[in-house]
Amino acid sequence: MHVVILGNGIAGITAARFIRKLSDHDITVISAETDHFFSRTALMYIYMGHMRYEDTKPYEDWFWDKNRIKLLNAYIERIDFDAKTLFGSQGEELVYDKLLLATGSAPNKFGWPGQNLKGVSGLYSYQDLQNMEHFSEGLQRAVIVGGGLIGMEMAEMFHSRHIPVTFLVREDSYWNMVLPPEESAMANRHILENGIGLRLSTELKEIVDDGQGRACAVITNTGERIECGYVGLTAGVHPNIGFLKGTSLETGRGILANEYLETNIPDVYAAGDCVQLREPQPGRRPIEAVWYTGRMAGETAAYNICGHQVPYDPGIWFNSAKFIDIEYQVYGDLQAQPPENHVSIYWEHPDGRKSIRLVYDREEGHVLGFNLMGVRYRHEVCEKWIREKAHIEAVLQDLGIANFDPEFYKEYDDEVVRLYNQQSGRNLQLKKRRGLAGALRFLRNPLSA
Amino acid sequence: MEFLQKTGLGLFIIALLLFTATLGLDNYRLTEESLTQAIGNPYHLEEMIAVAREQGQLGKEYGSSFEFGAAFKELLKAAQESLNQKAKDGLPEGVSQWDYKMGGWLFKDYTFVATKKSSAGPVSGNPLFFFFLTIGLAILGGVLFILPKFLAIPGIKHNQIYHNPMTRGLKLGWRSFFLGATMIGLLLYGVYYMNDSYFWPAVTALVALFISALVLFYQNQAKRTPARSASPQVTGWLGMLAGAYLIGFYILLYWVPQHITGWILMVDPVSRALNGGEASQWFLYGLLYTLVILVMGVRMLTKYMHNRYQIVRTFSVMFFQVAFAFLIPEILVRLNLPSMDLKNIWPLNYTFFFDWNINKLISSGALGIFMLVWGIVLVIVAVPVITYFFGKRWYCSWVCGCGGLAETLGDPYRQLSDKSLRAWHYERWIIHGVLAFAVVMTGMTLYTYFSGEKTVLSFNSNTVRTWYGFIIGSAFAGVVGTGFYPLMGNRVWCRFGCPLAAYLGLVQRFKSRFRITTNGGQCISCGNCSTYCEMGIDVRWYAQRGQDVVRASCVGCGVCAAVCPRGVLRLENSSMDVKERTEVVRVLHVSREGVKLRD
Ligand SMILES: Cc1cc2nc3c(=O)[nH]c(=O)nc-3n(C[C@H](O)[C@H](O)[C@H](O)COP(=O)(O)OP(=O)(O)OC[C@H]3O[C@@H](n4cnc5c(N)ncnc54)[C@H](O)[C@@H]3O)c2cc1C
Ligand code: SF4
Repeated sequence: MHVVILGNGIAGITAARFIRKLSDHDITVISAETDHFFSRTALMYIYMGHMRYEDTKPYEDWFWDKNRIKLLNAYIERIDFDAKTLFGSQGEELVYDKLLLATGSAPNKFGWPGQNLKGVSGLYSYQDLQNMEHFSEGLQRAVIVGGGLIGMEMAEMFHSRHIPVTFLVREDSYWNMVLPPEESAMANRHILENGIGLRLSTELKEIVDDGQGRACAVITNTGERIECGYVGLTAGVHPNIGFLKGTSLETGRGILANEYLETNIPDVYAAGDCVQLREPQPGRRPIEAVWYTGRMAGETAAYNICGHQVPYDPGIWFNSAKFIDIEYQVYGDLQAQPPENHVSIYWEHPDGRKSIRLVYDREEGHVLGFNLMGVRYRHEVCEKWIREKAHIEAVLQDLGIANFDPEFYKEYDDEVVRLYNQQSGRNLQLKKRRGLAGALRFLRNPLSA
Repeated sequence: MEFLQKTGLGLFIIALLLFTATLGLDNYRLTEESLTQAIGNPYHLEEMIAVAREQGQLGKEYGSSFEFGAAFKELLKAAQESLNQKAKDGLPEGVSQWDYKMGGWLFKDYTFVATKKSSAGPVSGNPLFFFFLTIGLAILGGVLFILPKFLAIPGIKHNQIYHNPMTRGLKLGWRSFFLGATMIGLLLYGVYYMNDSYFWPAVTALVALFISALVLFYQNQAKRTPARSASPQVTGWLGMLAGAYLIGFYILLYWVPQHITGWILMVDPVSRALNGGEASQWFLYGLLYTLVILVMGVRMLTKYMHNRYQIVRTFSVMFFQVAFAFLIPEILVRLNLPSMDLKNIWPLNYTFFFDWNINKLISSGALGIFMLVWGIVLVIVAVPVITYFFGKRWYCSWVCGCGGLAETLGDPYRQLSDKSLRAWHYERWIIHGVLAFAVVMTGMTLYTYFSGEKTVLSFNSNTVRTWYGFIIGSAFAGVVGTGFYPLMGNRVWCRFGCPLAAYLGLVQRFKSRFRITTNGGQCISCGNCSTYCEMGIDVRWYAQRGQDVVRASCVGCGVCAAVCPRGVLRLENSSMDVKERTEVVRVLHVSREGVKLRD
């Protein structure tokens, strides 16, 4: 059987690896971006000089040959689902028995005047990075439009080269659709203390042409004109499915797929950023464009392609990012505008660069989520507490086992407990401190809840 | 801030140039007095003075140590010849021919001291002035460059490392060139070092070829060229210069110290103040080593302000270098007691079981016996027990001097280690080969020590020791070990060569509570951890599949955990799962029972 995978990102590659483990099928992975799988999440580090492109490849180049995974660098323009054939832009034709669509995302553009000028670009692909590099030479100022994670990364990238940055954020506080107000404020402060020109409640109206087809300034909704040589568009992404429109494949914003990641067409599956789940799990969004879900979906797709029926189950939500020098981790249900039944304890370090937030249910008292800034928590421990609906007070007393900061770091878990005691009039004690043994004991005990 | 840094850098460069230049400032003039200081043996001295006078060399001035050395060598040869002749005619009453004749092995020492004593000029006239003008100024420059970094916002500072010609590394071709040329050069020099004997250099070359063949063909790595090349246009030319400088420094230091007497003269006053005696090249080396670890240690502290593991660890290596490697041995010398670096463990300290060392320790009273027992206890108790509890990091990145230098001076180059599978294959053969060599060599030494015989299976134990000292103790540990920092990363010796690291590694791999834990499914495969692993471990390979890292080579420096932007890694110990710690692949988010699967 010939399995063709369109897209060599984390979703497509995870699928290919698992298909190889599960079967002896012929596997071909197609991408027009790079010959080999690389880590998109590390694009910024190439620009900042922390790594080279080579270093972002999770597998050495011989890996593919050894595992009999055929790589094809081609741009697929059209798919004939009836003939089970893909057509490349150079006249390539490829017949599949089963097809996995893992085509990823593309940056959003909202029809701004001047959005297609030279020196205007999103940051998604390796080519985007090269483009950014190209325009960085002699660059006097960059403007970034859109206050999400990629915007933040782009700001840090320019900042690392001492290129002045103006960062336009539509909201009145950075990423406050996701971050609770205190964490969002912390991010604002950190952006500013790095000398990045953060403009909150500011939107892009127009990008100005310098007369030669290149961006030379932006005009904001307040009418301000900011001179710049590069405009980064980082106002989110959408599934990259343009070339699939008008086929028999059912799509919404993304490729519609059921819980087995099957599309409406037999033998055609989808995974990763490009998928729109028909029935996402409760509390989850139909499109989740993150690395982790791409990895899990790739693995799930592999099972289903190889004939094991395995539904896609992304488990309890988790994510992480870094705001320049502040690490961020989240586990479970954490909302910027929390519903009635969510209560949280929020502790913040006096230096204003670390915080711990625990969210729990007002009535039942079970823990719902963790939000960490500048502090690391153990994924599995948090997940188990949430899954088993551990009571907030039980969690607080054991909080140390969740701590994942390096040895010798100060542990703040007792301060969180103290804060809870203050707010609730209780008198809890932190009973467990940081350490692997305690965590293992907890994780291995099936009856811990 | 930037001004201070630029000034600091400027001062450092000036100091380095001056330091280099001091080697050419003095003139060399042989006198009866300098000969007397250099040559203790009365027959040799008398003959040398006679020959020198006859050839008109006494009082003659040379502008460089090279010309002086050439002339001096002629004198040595003439004196040796003449003593041999005279010995044939009859030895003086009661003198053995071993005392009378001048053996070739004495040439090195005689030349070194004679050169040092014959120097005359600005440096030998004002050693302290030049000490402060070069080494002092370099420290000042370094500190000015480093201190302003404390003002930055704490966090990982790796910006522009791969854009910097000092730290970007070499293209594979250049790297192979440096490696090949150095190896061939060292083996050829080894022939000369072994008094024109080809045997051991040839054996070593054969072993090297054999290992290459094993890795490339038997282990199928020939076609798997590592993708570790720097940017295609230019390569790290400053790094190449730095590497060449360091390689040159080690060659001069180990084998022809007579050419660096200018530097040694400069530190004479320091040596006198500390141990009461004059400086040898080893004192110079020890002092520079300590100063470098201190200054670059402060740099480490600025870089990891936010990371207490790194701070504590850096203080630890600074402390062990200053106290154990440097001050205590010097003070012991001053007190006329046997001197020893009490943290230097066999087989890294390969001379520990040499007859002269054992004899020295046995004959120096209670302290000597203590040192002997201490050294043995370290090897058979401390290494396995402490490594069981904490992993090999307790030694390699907290205590060891080689590790100390690698973690301070070497830190800017940690990203240059080769992460390919091919390099890992090489690593395992070479480092365990060196361990085997060290064990066999020490076994022969002890056998000859106790049996009184000279040879084991017709191999001369002395020759084997000499070769080990040359090829492993000096060439590998020093020339390649440190000289290759800017070429192949800061742990070349620790990763490929150190027999103690091999021993610690075996304990760590098979019986230790230590591992690097992976934090569930948080890894984004970015590769920072692998890139900054100085031991060339592909940490990401484990992290992205949710497996804890258990590797013999991990020195537990903790940098992977520090650079990970997603908080995925943590160095941890636990006795609960010593056996399964290597196996568990925890994150399987396709969480249906029955489809669990391992890579
Ligand atoms: C700068 C940046 C930072 C990020 N950081 C994080 C992070 O920290 N954490 C996180 O969770 N997520 C992060 N993300 C998001 C994450 O990278 C994506 O969710 C993930 O890479 C999506 O993987 P994928 O396999 O679905 O698609 P992709 O990685 O996009 O792979 C799809 C591939 O298919 C190719 N392709 C598409 N159509 C065709 C065609 N017709 N013909 C040929 N080839 C085609 C594309 O060129 C692309 O190479 C980041 C994204 C970016 C851009
Ligand atoms: S640095 Fe962290 S996120 Fe990046 S590959 Fe390593 S473990 Fe994964």
